[in-house]
Amino acid sequence: MFELVVLDSALRMATPLILASLGGLFSERSGVVNIALEGILLTGAFASILATYYTGDPWVGVVAGIFAGMLVSLIHAAVTVIFKADQIVSGVAINLLAAGATQFLTWITWGSSSNSPPVVGMARWSLPESWGPVARGVNVFIGHYPPLVYVALVAVAVAHVVLWHTPFGLRLRATGEHPAAVDALGVSVRKMRFAGVLLSGALAGLGGAFLALNTHQFVKNMSAGRGYIALAAMIFGKWNPVGAALACLLFGYAEAVQMGLQGQQVPSQFVQMIPYVLTMIALVGVIGRARPPAALGKPY
Amino acid sequence: MSSPRIPGMATRVREIAGAGKIADVVAPLVAVLAAFLVGGLVVAAIGENPLTFYLTLFRGAFANADSIGLVLFNATPLIFAGLAVAFAFRAGLFNIGGEGQLYIGSFVCTWVALQMPGAPRVLLIPVLILASAAGGGLWAAIPGYLKARFGVHEVINTIMMNFIAVGLTSYLVVAVFKEAGQMTPQTATIPIAGELPRLAYFFQSLGVPLPAANPLNASFLIALAAVWLAWFILRRTTLGYEIRAVGHNASAAEYAGINVRRTLILAMLLSGAFAGLVATNEVMGFRHRFLDNFSSGIGFMGIAVALLGRNSPLGVLFAALLFGVLNTGALEVDLFTNVPRELILVVQAVTIILVVVGNEIVQRRRGRGATLAHRSEAAPIDQDGSAEVS
Repeated sequence: MFELVVLDSALRMATPLILASLGGLFSERSGVVNIALEGILLTGAFASILATYYTGDPWVGVVAGIFAGMLVSLIHAAVTVIFKADQIVSGVAINLLAAGATQFLTWITWGSSSNSPPVVGMARWSLPESWGPVARGVNVFIGHYPPLVYVALVAVAVAHVVLWHTPFGLRLRATGEHPAAVDALGVSVRKMRFAGVLLSGALAGLGGAFLALNTHQFVKNMSAGRGYIALAAMIFGKWNPVGAALACLLFGYAEAVQMGLQGQQVPSQFVQMIPYVLTMIALVGVIGRARPPAALGKPY
Repeated sequence: MSSPRIPGMATRVREIAGAGKIADVVAPLVAVLAAFLVGGLVVAAIGENPLTFYLTLFRGAFANADSIGLVLFNATPLIFAGLAVAFAFRAGLFNIGGEGQLYIGSFVCTWVALQMPGAPRVLLIPVLILASAAGGGLWAAIPGYLKARFGVHEVINTIMMNFIAVGLTSYLVVAVFKEAGQMTPQTATIPIAGELPRLAYFFQSLGVPLPAANPLNASFLIALAAVWLAWFILRRTTLGYEIRAVGHNASAAEYAGINVRRTLILAMLLSGAFAGLVATNEVMGFRHRFLDNFSSGIGFMGIAVALLGRNSPLGVLFAALLFGVLNTGALEVDLFTNVPRELILVVQAVTIILVVVGNEIVQRRRGRGATLAHRSEAAPIDQDGSAEVS
């Protein structure tokens, strides 16, 4: 259960979760609930494969995934921040839209409503071997995982710094706690929330790109609830980047173990349920209270 | 609060429909038409004829008694799921857990049926209906309790419990109750005495040529009864009054002596019970057993149905029928046009987004603020578990 292979695959499973939960974090810290993470992941996955399919370059796919995620989150931002509609309803609608639209577009593009043809995946990072033993040594570290795994880990650190050590982060958090105060200080609540939601779309879109490029194709509904797990991880991590990332690693580990357990004595369904049960327990406050931003879900 | 005279039919229908303002009917209709327009544009964009597309869609839904029967059959689970969301919404609760509740309701229904092999029909059918409602209701009461007792937002917990319900029933059906000698993850069939009759023979006796193979069954009638029941509870009982009071302004309700916590839990319980009743169609009326992962998102579509129906029971009925038409017509579209049926999902999602935005605009025009926006502010209990005074 603790073999390196499982830990390895745990980190890979955790990567899309980490990116999506960081996305959820930026959105929720600005005061906007983002259930649309699920749909954004899915759209990012689709767009990345579509772009990779036509350009042959997975990095173009990554950029496409990010932009597609931002496009979807723009809908969420417009509906919830400008029209002040219910954030959860908007998220649910966007998830339905993403499920339908990606299937529809898959059919239009490839004539199949279930999956895309395989595309090239991402090459691992590596320094040229000719640079000598140092390069080879470095390659062991930077070439072990697909590039986006490292990107996700760096993103955790960046998110932490941005949220707690920059004026932008302070304003974003303040918008989620007390929008009226932010407004009184002359900072636009609307702009801050748009920024939070768009960042959320970019990160979750990137997560979707990893999800799809890692399996080299788009499969319908391939997000398979990961957006919700990311949301759960964010809560379990108490709305902190590092906490959320650790929760994602735990949930990714559960997923990796569960895949290893299929057909074994321990029912895999129970392992699968762990993230959800843990999140409910965390919310009740048994493991220390998880407190959401005060103005979360309230239009301003 | 109700007048002693029995209100006339028109008043009654208006009451069932909710606020009864013209905008309540017009706004969703405009949203639906606009979504159809968007769908038509997409069809045109891929080089197909939008008119042919919609003609095929509606032909698929209304061609004959068989297809209309299918529309009603497809609408049945959506009525229950929509009622679940709408009912909780009246208490200011967002029950996103219909999917989990209908799985638990269906499993409990199947399990109880398998325990009562020799029971007579008159006993088994009511017992199974109650079991379905109880299963879904108790599952929903958990997030209701967690909200009332600890102030944990019901949305997160109901989402979590959807996954737990799917995992739990999947485990039970695969590892414990799987039909012997079968590869399919499904239970054995329930006793025939527990099956709801199909409506084909009834309609045939009325001269309507509904084929015997049509899956429309008595669960549709239960759904109609549930629409009435939801209206009756909300409008004609003390509990319903309390539920609406809490949903409107929890602090005021508390001040007026209403037990807000008890009301929240009961509202979730009843909401989950409506979701659990999906089992009457899926288990008692159609499959006659529990099949792993059978739902494919009925619970989530219920949210869409409730929104489109503006959270009134009668509105839910009409919205579910519309979605039934779309889902039934989608099959025909798939067969006879070059447009994939997934476009229907897009149309449905666009409808919801437009309804949501339209609702806000209508509410703002009316100048009484957005009720949807109030929902979050009306959260009666804050994170410390104490009553919130706003």
